Amino acid sequence: MTATVGPAVLDRDGLDALVSALASQGRTVVGPTVRDGAIVLAELTTAAQLPYGWGVELAAGRYRLVPREDGAAFAHSAGPQSWKSFLHPAREQLWSADRTPEGGLSFTPQEPEAPSYAFLGVRPCDLRAIAIQDRVLTGGRYEDTGYGMRRRRALLIAAECTEPGETCFCVSTGGGPAADAGYDLALTEVVDEDGHRFLVRVGSEEGARLLDLVPHRAADPATQSTARGAVDAARDRMGRELPAVDLRALLGGSLDAERWDDVAARCLTCGNCTMVCPTCFCVTTEEVTDLTGDHTERWQRWDSCFDLDFSHLHEGPVRNSGRSRYRQWLTHKLATWHDQFGSSGCVGCGRCIAWCPAGIDITEEVAALRAEAGTEAER
Amino acid sequence: MTALPVPYRVAGRRRETAQTVTLRLEPVGEALADFAPGQFAMVHCFGRGEIPLSVSSVQSTGGLAHTIRGVGAVSDGLCAARTGDVLGLRGPYGTSWELGRARGRDVLVVAGGIGLAPLRPLILSALAEPEAYGRVSVLVGARTPGDLIAREEMNRWRTACTGMVVDRPDASWRGDVGMVTQLLGRAPFDPGGTWAFVCGPEPMIRATARELAHRGVPKERIRVSLERSMRCATGTCGHCQLGPLLVCRDGPVLGWDRAERLLSVREL
Repeated sequence: MTATVGPAVLDRDGLDALVSALASQGRTVVGPTVRDGAIVLAELTTAAQLPYGWGVELAAGRYRLVPREDGAAFAHSAGPQSWKSFLHPAREQLWSADRTPEGGLSFTPQEPEAPSYAFLGVRPCDLRAIAIQDRVLTGGRYEDTGYGMRRRRALLIAAECTEPGETCFCVSTGGGPAADAGYDLALTEVVDEDGHRFLVRVGSEEGARLLDLVPHRAADPATQSTARGAVDAARDRMGRELPAVDLRALLGGSLDAERWDDVAARCLTCGNCTMVCPTCFCVTTEEVTDLTGDHTERWQRWDSCFDLDFSHLHEGPVRNSGRSRYRQWLTHKLATWHDQFGSSGCVGCGRCIAWCPAGIDITEEVAALRAEAGTEAER
Repeated sequence: MTALPVPYRVAGRRRETAQTVTLRLEPVGEALADFAPGQFAMVHCFGRGEIPLSVSSVQSTGGLAHTIRGVGAVSDGLCAARTGDVLGLRGPYGTSWELGRARGRDVLVVAGGIGLAPLRPLILSALAEPEAYGRVSVLVGARTPGDLIAREEMNRWRTACTGMVVDRPDASWRGDVGMVTQLLGRAPFDPGGTWAFVCGPEPMIRATARELAHRGVPKERIRVSLERSMRCATGTCGHCQLGPLLVCRDGPVLGWDRAERLLSVREL
């Protein structure tokens, strides 16, 4: 069979067929769907579960679903979850230990649960976030085996962004609404007088084989130019932006900034931003014993640098104040991430802005640090 | 996080101070790769958890020792371990002292309290090859005389200078009183030709390294061992960040040229 190479077009039935084809390959299909007043990521059994006809309204500390007349499935920006919920789950067992009758111990690795995921509707910002977590969790000397296994088996179907939200700022982090790498298939949704359809670009052999399993047609020029136009227009409609300066230098030079006190007065140190952030990877471990006392399990779970315990040493937390914990999060994300993992840790998805109960806006904080640094420089 | 702990049996246990115990460990089956002095293991106490501990002795047989101060659930559990008990170890992790870089130079070891433990195998290596190094000096400070570990052993070390100082003497103490930095003037070393190895509480590290730099020891040759919370030791849990560093990966041992700025920012 010759794999399709050029761009193709799927209609809604084609998308249905795509989900069915993935399911029949034994893949766990995960995509956006409406639940509890939000667009969440969940296992899909049919493309009909996609959030057709729903968009979102976003602001600092605010997220609301709004109906859309055009019936689009992917015209919403990032929801509260990201794909890390599946690739780097909130709780995972690492190993267990048992006392042996001879008074010894035996350690048993927990075979990681590794379904073959197919992610449907991955935003370009989230594609970059996955690439960042890849570098953190599999790019160093030691690999997180569970993550590595799930990641290598996962198939990524991107959905390019045509409707950026009010909290989006991917362009100013070096990204954009177009999917340019790291996907198996990339969809661009087009809804106009010619109908509801999806332009499909192939990013891998696996993607090409998949496309060949579902009814599609070669892309016509009109669909291609409409799709391109919508993505290009999205680029100019970002709700927010980070200051166009060397953020690594700015943050690195702002450790003593007064702005940290200002933001600390508003920050609840709840850790929501770290939970919704698609790149935040920090975990802690827990020891769980059973009633016999002869069996113990080692579990890993998400942790947050906003938690007091996070930096706990024997004499207490290293980062006691809210000021130091917010500074750690922001400085790590935008500056020291470069030192540790070779890139920034921010993709501009805007989740931390929308889901902050205090409405703290990362772009506003960085702008304030920038202004403060500018003032200092003028002195 | 990937590695599975490897069972080690407690082959010997020595109480060092009221709070501190040294456990000598032998592998039950296959041993972990060799530890270099300064590196650390993640040591698991059954049902309690895992903590990072530097090695305080490394044997060619694969055996090693950890010196542990009981300050929490896991370290208390480890301090209570008895001969014959089995623990789980992962490692070796992190950077080492790299004593070999100091060949032909004076070696100055400065320790605070239990900070002497990770330096002990380095001191023994240096003393085992007296012709390879210049003058070897060991300066140790502790809160009270009861907090000095390995006191008898220290008296046996053939150093150019061994100094001890306590901050709060008791009636039996006849030695120096104060901070370990005040012993620096007594140790014979040529600042420009010295490698210093420093481990102890952070304020002690800061004061010592500043004083050494002030006396002319190049900052890169002042090697300090740092401590941060650690969960994985494999660079993937995020806990041990110190600014741009992951202490489990870029440390625990690093030069004062890199550590100075990081340790001068409060709550970094």
